[in-house]
Amino acid sequence: MSRQHRTPLKLTDNVVEVKSKFEAEYRRFALKRNGPGGFQEFYRLLQTIHRIPGADVMLGYADVHGDLLPINNNDNYHKALSAANPLLRIIITKKEGEPVVFATNSLQRRKKGLGLTGLRTSVTGSTHSRSRPGLMIGMPQNFRQISSIIDVDILPETHRRVRLHKHGTHKPLGFYIRDGVSVRVTSQGVEKVPGVFISRLVRGGLAESTGLLGVNDEILEVNGIDVAGKSLDQVTDMMVANSHNLIVTVKPANQRNNVVHRGTKTSMGNSGSVGSAGSNNSALSHDSPSPASQSNPITASNSIAEGDSDDDDDDEDDDGDLILENDCLAPYDSHLVTNSNNTNLNRDSPGGRSHNPGAARPLPQSVSLPNSVGASLSDSSTALSNHNGNPAHMSSSSQESMREDGNIITL
Amino acid sequence: MKRFRRHGQESQRDRLKQELFQFNKTVEHGFPHQPSALGYSPSLQLLAIGTRSGAIKLYGAPGVEFMGLHDENAAVTQVHFLPHQVELVTLLDDNSLHMWTLKAHKGLSELLEIGRFTLTGPPGAPPSVTRVTAVLAHSSGELLLLGTEGGHVFIVEVPGFRELEERNISLDQVASSVPDDYIGRRNLEHVETLQENPVDPNQVVIGYGRGLMVIWNLEKQQAIQHIPATQQLESMWWTEDGGHLLSSHSDGSYCRWMAGGEDMNEEEEEKSDIPYGHFPCKAISKIIQLPTEKGPPFLLFSGGMPRASYGDRHCITVIHSKTHVALDFTSRIIDFFAIRGGPQHTGDPSALVVLVEEELVVIDLQTEGWPVIQTPYLVPLHSSAITCSHHVSAIPLKLWERVLAAGDLQSKHYSKEPWPITGGQNLAPDPPQRDLLLTGHEDGTVRFWDASGVCLCPMYKLSTSGVFHTDADPNDNMNQGTEGEWPPFRKVGCFDPYSDDPRLGVQKIHLCKYSGYLAVAGTAGQILMLELNDEAAEHTVEAKVVDLLQGQEGFRWKGHTQLDVREEPVLFPPGFQPFTLVQCQPPAVVTALTLHSEWKLVAFGTSHGFGLYDYQQWNNVLVKCTLNPSDQLAMEGPLSRVKSIKKSLRQSFRRIRRSRVSLRKHHVNNAAKLQDANARLEAELAEMELAPVQRKIEARSSDDSFTGLVRTIYFADTFLSDSSHNTPSLWAGTNGGCVFAYMLRLPAAERRTDELVTAQPAKEIQLMHRAPVVGIVVLDGHGAPLPEPLEVAHDLARSPDMQGSHHLVVISEEQFKVFTLPKVSAKMKLKLTAVDGSRVRRVGVAWFGSSRSEDYGESGLVVLTNQGDVHVVSLPTVKMQVHYPCVRREDVSGIASCVFTKHGQGFYLISPSEFERFSLSARYLVEPRCLVEVPFRTGSATQRRPQPDGVSSAHRITTQDGEAAEVLQEIQKSLEGEQTSLLENNVKNAVA
Repeated sequence: MSRQHRTPLKLTDNVVEVKSKFEAEYRRFALKRNGPGGFQEFYRLLQTIHRIPGADVMLGYADVHGDLLPINNNDNYHKALSAANPLLRIIITKKEGEPVVFATNSLQRRKKGLGLTGLRTSVTGSTHSRSRPGLMIGMPQNFRQISSIIDVDILPETHRRVRLHKHGTHKPLGFYIRDGVSVRVTSQGVEKVPGVFISRLVRGGLAESTGLLGVNDEILEVNGIDVAGKSLDQVTDMMVANSHNLIVTVKPANQRNNVVHRGTKTSMGNSGSVGSAGSNNSALSHDSPSPASQSNPITASNSIAEGDSDDDDDDEDDDGDLILENDCLAPYDSHLVTNSNNTNLNRDSPGGRSHNPGAARPLPQSVSLPNSVGASLSDSSTALSNHNGNPAHMSSSSQESMREDGNIITL
Repeated sequence: MKRFRRHGQESQRDRLKQELFQFNKTVEHGFPHQPSALGYSPSLQLLAIGTRSGAIKLYGAPGVEFMGLHDENAAVTQVHFLPHQVELVTLLDDNSLHMWTLKAHKGLSELLEIGRFTLTGPPGAPPSVTRVTAVLAHSSGELLLLGTEGGHVFIVEVPGFRELEERNISLDQVASSVPDDYIGRRNLEHVETLQENPVDPNQVVIGYGRGLMVIWNLEKQQAIQHIPATQQLESMWWTEDGGHLLSSHSDGSYCRWMAGGEDMNEEEEEKSDIPYGHFPCKAISKIIQLPTEKGPPFLLFSGGMPRASYGDRHCITVIHSKTHVALDFTSRIIDFFAIRGGPQHTGDPSALVVLVEEELVVIDLQTEGWPVIQTPYLVPLHSSAITCSHHVSAIPLKLWERVLAAGDLQSKHYSKEPWPITGGQNLAPDPPQRDLLLTGHEDGTVRFWDASGVCLCPMYKLSTSGVFHTDADPNDNMNQGTEGEWPPFRKVGCFDPYSDDPRLGVQKIHLCKYSGYLAVAGTAGQILMLELNDEAAEHTVEAKVVDLLQGQEGFRWKGHTQLDVREEPVLFPPGFQPFTLVQCQPPAVVTALTLHSEWKLVAFGTSHGFGLYDYQQWNNVLVKCTLNPSDQLAMEGPLSRVKSIKKSLRQSFRRIRRSRVSLRKHHVNNAAKLQDANARLEAELAEMELAPVQRKIEARSSDDSFTGLVRTIYFADTFLSDSSHNTPSLWAGTNGGCVFAYMLRLPAAERRTDELVTAQPAKEIQLMHRAPVVGIVVLDGHGAPLPEPLEVAHDLARSPDMQGSHHLVVISEEQFKVFTLPKVSAKMKLKLTAVDGSRVRRVGVAWFGSSRSEDYGESGLVVLTNQGDVHVVSLPTVKMQVHYPCVRREDVSGIASCVFTKHGQGFYLISPSEFERFSLSARYLVEPRCLVEVPFRTGSATQRRPQPDGVSSAHRITTQDGEAAEVLQEIQKSLEGEQTSLLENNVKNAVA
């Protein structure tokens, strides 16, 4: 291992040996380590080398730990180049209907004879006796924001406002709260007041995976409402009621990792978005030891969903009540139809939906979209405006939410 | 500019809110929890009860009630009225004395605390010196004699509580004159009792715990006479002529002593008796003797029962001439007194009032057989534990009278005598309407209470247990005493907390006030349909079994079995008589019930699903299983939670046993490992019990348990399929946030008996936040809730607006949501839990009238949250109007017991036996309004017992007033029909 580390240093610093594989074919070539060019050029280069121009493929590389990691933007391309020792192994797969899962430890398994295409969610971790299943990393386009730090510009530096996105998944928010005593500095001096604290994070839960909430963090607000004077039960109920779009303002117990407020230097502006693949803000992920996880510190979702739900529906997320209107429908024969997005309110005519799972409907059904009239909280509206949503992720949210609802509703 | 205008509107709305809503806790109904002291003022005709929580409650004529609360949370141990005054003194557990008075203010009396006092002894004296054990309110009304544990008697001037040190009777003064032969002059112990000579107010008798009684002259400050009893003293009574003293003792004996003789040493006990003697007896804790005009006196005493055989009975013995009865109560006797007849309350004893721990029993001593007089207030609501309650407003007079008539037939065994406690005047206006409160009880009874006024009077009691076979044989009458039994017991009182079968418990009640149909649903999945019948009838009730599982597989009911229905005809007394029975299968608790008497349908829900039953054709119309296959809890029955703890404990023990077994096998270091295992178990147990209070933040998922439990069920005539035709519909909401709507097809009225009613599924709403649905309301075109069935037919409500579009309001524990109809889409919402973390526990629809203008009013939702706050949410805009703290947050049973009326009032249980009544409406307020006048004194302090012919003028005036009030009431009653319709007109106007 140590010898391997030293070899590239002996070689010239600016050349990387690349071995790429597409289906059964291998190609070997060299690349300039610090050469110009980004992911797009590299992608085109591989297409020409493998003589597959125009084919829609996905790139993956094997990192030092033997994990298969994706290359899909400049950042991880450069990361892959810099981490190559000495060989950069590239694996090219065709984009097919079934998504490929990149995962840690995936290459070891491949060596044991499992084909790369056979790597499924179900395979990972289930058949292996290893106590820790590999960390699942979804494809970039499947990434969705699971958390963000918001309102950095208006909050004191000691506080942190975290938004957790559940996106209708089953994943619990994954933390526990407890009563405690908080010390406040008031005009009368130091005062001890009852407070609510995070007592425990569930392993693998949403809260833990964000790295933004920690044990003993004091909870100050829930969705803009001060928790002072509220009982533990009340705070619990408030959080559960807001679980679809939970915004908690905490005073972190560990104040060392606070977002430093340095005006224009913060590239994220006022919304430190965490969870996208390119995030390299190590300040936010204070407990990520391995470089692999650092490159992708937060994403820890098991579910593969297509399309991101857009960022503007969050306040109305929980309003996606499923409404079945079975006019004269035979009893107990109902199909799930839903559409939990307010972006397309005019699409409620039955013909407007090609994605209805219920193909054989005996009688006409009508589906209504939950509309969003309710008064939104004042703070959540500011949260909305502060949020830099990616317009590219606006696609096909309706289909995704349908899938989500379909999972939970039992008929 | 816009902002200014909006501001103006806001303030206008605020003003309107003040006119509409006002929060008041008005009156406590029922019997005080844990009473600890009883007092009575013959001159005021008022009864006072002190409780262990420090409350003091005064009761006079029905409707005359006062309540006070001591700041200290100490139990009230004694209550004494100052004779012929409106003051009373209470002694608390913490040795403090409190002076209360009834002050008239704006023509109404109020109970006010005007002074407090704690006895201070000489410096350095032990606390026992000033620990008050006996209190005597002297007939002069100016002195209070306080006997203490140290044996001293302190004299205090009232009402100012000024200590008259020079008049104190110290133990030394008494002891010095005790005859030498009195058991070696041992310690006299504490002052047990103080009594005043009824003919000479200067003479008081001091009874010491050791048994010695000393008659003391207050003026001369010297002992007149010593009565050397040898047994521990329990109580004393000075006969009315002043000639004799009665003393009762801890060995169950009582003695009669001659009083007034100056010769102290020669005094012999005239008569001594142990009434239930031979074998050792318990103490006689109180004894009184009252003369009759002609004939022998009444002797009444409590206790004295043979210790071994009847030591556990709570008895009061009444002996009059040859009649001797031991009244046997079902709970501990706190205190008792006798009311005397005659204008000055000095005549023959007319009634015996007994305060026992769970009820107040009044026995008519004038009528042969000494029957019980039905109490108009202080009725034990909890004679069997209350399991549910239901309130019906504005009962039509006809139904009211029929229920009353049925109730009268049941209360034949009560005395015909009027209520003997008549103090004060009830000035409260007559209630605007007749309201019924129905309480369901654990023993399967439903009690009907007149809840229109301040007094919650029992009207009628319905028992549903007759339909079923129960373990208890109806002929097994506890009251039947065998002939010649000694002591001659007689059971009195109605408090009976023992239920034969918990499955009989009533869980849901629904009464249609127009048709007299009543649906009663119970713990074992039984739904009884009852009909009001003025004649007794004998018939069989057949059970119609409804399988709510609908073939759902993999479920096993582990709860109780259903009740066995009697197959032979059962005789039902006049009143509500069951005619059909629906039995849910599995027999789980009925959790939702509603009745539509116009359509003759009853809908019910359990944890497994819901059903619709046509009680005209005795046919089941619809069954829907709401179970979630992953919900195991619902199936296993009510005990599984307990089981899981048991299971985990058992597992822990098994693990230990296993480790022990393996230890033996391997022959290794036994002790160490055992210790280890024990430590592990301990740690596990500690973890189980002492786990830090923490809450998991996890959204509800569909696999939560009991998601299928039906929480609410509702009938509505609304636009379900299209916006032009309204149809009958049935709505059901579950614990999992799901709402089911069914369209009902009813045959035309003339073919109603032949054609079947059908139900078709029409809509299903799954709330995304999955909170339990606790209420469903449909609003008409004007945004007003749909009227009750038959309300329009009886011309008591305007017909709902069918022109405008209807709206559906779904109330979940977390949100209020308005949906459009017939096309269900969300229109408005109020997210309660998301904003303040509270959850809806109880909800009702109420109409609020403005206190300012007669013709304005609006409908709203009344909500009680798990924080104990009441909120009013406007309709149809679902905006929070007002909120007030109402119930303590920790009082879970109080919150669960809350029931709202249609006019913005509510009831909740503050103890197992008491309802607190509160009002949110500024217009409707039921509260005690009464006046107690200072009694007119005929005699002077020295000659306070006037001759029987001296009739008090004050008393005459009050009786006249009472009569006048009665006449007024009559007139009011005859006018009442118009009044209610006027009220309804107001509703209509307001809605329009």
